[in-house]
Amino acid sequence: MQDSKSLTSAGVAQPRRALVAVLRQLLMRPEGSIVLVALGLVVYFEATNANFLTNLNLQTLSQFVAAPVIIACGEIMLLICREIDLSVGQLYALAPFIMEFAAKAGLPVVAAMAVALLVCSLVGLTIGLITVYLHVPSFITTLGMLFLITGVTLTLSRGFPADTPGGPTLTAIMGQWGYAEFLWALAVVAVMHVVLRNTRWGLHTIATGGNIIAAAEAGINIDRIKIGNFMLTSTLGGFCGIVEAFRIGSTDPLAGGSNIMFLGVASGVIGGTAIAGGAGTIVGGLVGGIVLGVLQDGFTLQGINAFAFDIIIGAAILIAMITNIYMAGRRGMRPQ
Amino acid sequence: MSQTPNPPALRAEGIVKRFGQIEALSGVAMHVANGEMLGILGDNGAGKSTLLKILTGFHRPDAGQIYVRGEPVAFTSVDHARSFGIECVYQDLALVNGLSIFHNMFLNRELLRPGLLRLLDHKEMRRRAVEALAEIGVNIPSVDLEVGRLSGGQRQAIAVARAVASKARILLLDEPLAAMGAREAGLIIDLIERLKARGDIAIVMIAHNYAQTLELCDRVMLMQHGEVTYESAAKETSVAELLDIIRREYQAARRA
Repeated sequence: MQDSKSLTSAGVAQPRRALVAVLRQLLMRPEGSIVLVALGLVVYFEATNANFLTNLNLQTLSQFVAAPVIIACGEIMLLICREIDLSVGQLYALAPFIMEFAAKAGLPVVAAMAVALLVCSLVGLTIGLITVYLHVPSFITTLGMLFLITGVTLTLSRGFPADTPGGPTLTAIMGQWGYAEFLWALAVVAVMHVVLRNTRWGLHTIATGGNIIAAAEAGINIDRIKIGNFMLTSTLGGFCGIVEAFRIGSTDPLAGGSNIMFLGVASGVIGGTAIAGGAGTIVGGLVGGIVLGVLQDGFTLQGINAFAFDIIIGAAILIAMITNIYMAGRRGMRPQ
Repeated sequence: MSQTPNPPALRAEGIVKRFGQIEALSGVAMHVANGEMLGILGDNGAGKSTLLKILTGFHRPDAGQIYVRGEPVAFTSVDHARSFGIECVYQDLALVNGLSIFHNMFLNRELLRPGLLRLLDHKEMRRRAVEALAEIGVNIPSVDLEVGRLSGGQRQAIAVARAVASKARILLLDEPLAAMGAREAGLIIDLIERLKARGDIAIVMIAHNYAQTLELCDRVMLMQHGEVTYESAAKETSVAELLDIIRREYQAARRA
């Protein structure tokens, strides 16, 4: 739009044009518009509330953000390949119970953790096999799984909370220290970002969701991609529950649930992941989770009540979705 | 013929294919040499696509024999046919809109950086994609563009370039000029002409448009109800003659 001649002769207008160019660049990225929203919200809440950018509040905020972001990393991969997992929040509650039982049975805590994650990945495998080979839409498979796992957790726990095992150092590292949970979330984001952008797995996930026939014709094993991403999401759901268990010290059998799952999906979608598949960003999921957290935290500090908060979250998701689809159209990206 | 010193790149003899009660192909023969382009014409249901899918290894024939460079072969899968250098560009092009041009060109044949992490080598793929496009003279502003932002002709060019870049010796094109404006079609026609000029690729094209096919191909084959009813050098026939043959066949079929 601006050739080299106008750049050199622009003079005063140049910095402004450069700013416009940077903004345009940012907005053309899927997570671009939401980064601006996040910055705007932070500025707004800091301006209206002196307690917003304090160490204590940032810790609270980081703890609220961490769980949806970890869940989002799995759901984003599933959304990209045109699937969804509604039952991930149930593994969030189941995993700490399995960890507790395994530890009580005599396993070291780290091994007990591994057992819990293994069980979660097997649940993911089951969801994947049912969805891919029995052709049940994942929406339905995981809806059934949602009730099933809730029942299993309630039965196993007899309705009592689980105490988190482990010594003080492990407990601090795994989640008790103020920013530990957020650092775990950042680590998951970093790994999953590389997986999505820089590995064959990520590329094939995008191809599977973008054009499943083309992916199959190119020889990509689309069943494997889908099943693998179900296993990944379930495992991350369990991991998220374990980290929260270490932070809080105990786990309620009804912890997590659909609430945490919807926050995860919303983080991904607000961050620019196309709900119709074929496109998505992990970093966007992180920013989306931060936006939801900042909204919740900021409005809580301002004393807005919980009922009004849901209205705001709902509206935020709708607005984000509309921009998401509109910007996808502008970038010439429609799912096939 | 398989013993001759210079066998055709691809030859099929007596190909029969049945789907239940329906005989889609009843003894079809074809051949194409390196540097040659064969056009297969015919109406819907004439068996063109079935023949193509047998040549790509997608369908297995009920009878008949395929030879690649004189060697008898029996394809067990599309990948098996590919291992003989047979690449097909289907009408749907098999491109993923949300991925860049260079990612599409290397879809499922990605290049990896050395090391245990097996990370994608975007740089090398980008470089080779630019090279491959330049080699066959396809002009695209940037290989980073998402395929969804390209025109129909550009998308077709990318699909052809991908086939050629993956070492196609025998290129099968399924209606490459269908649903395309004159300018876009011109782009593809130029590209095909350049591929022909290289002399090391045999091209088979399925088409509906008689005039375009006669102009582009060296030889044409007319298929009707599962049989080859006419074959000629493109120079020695005309649209009028081909249409006349179809009309006569049609009338004969109606009388019978």
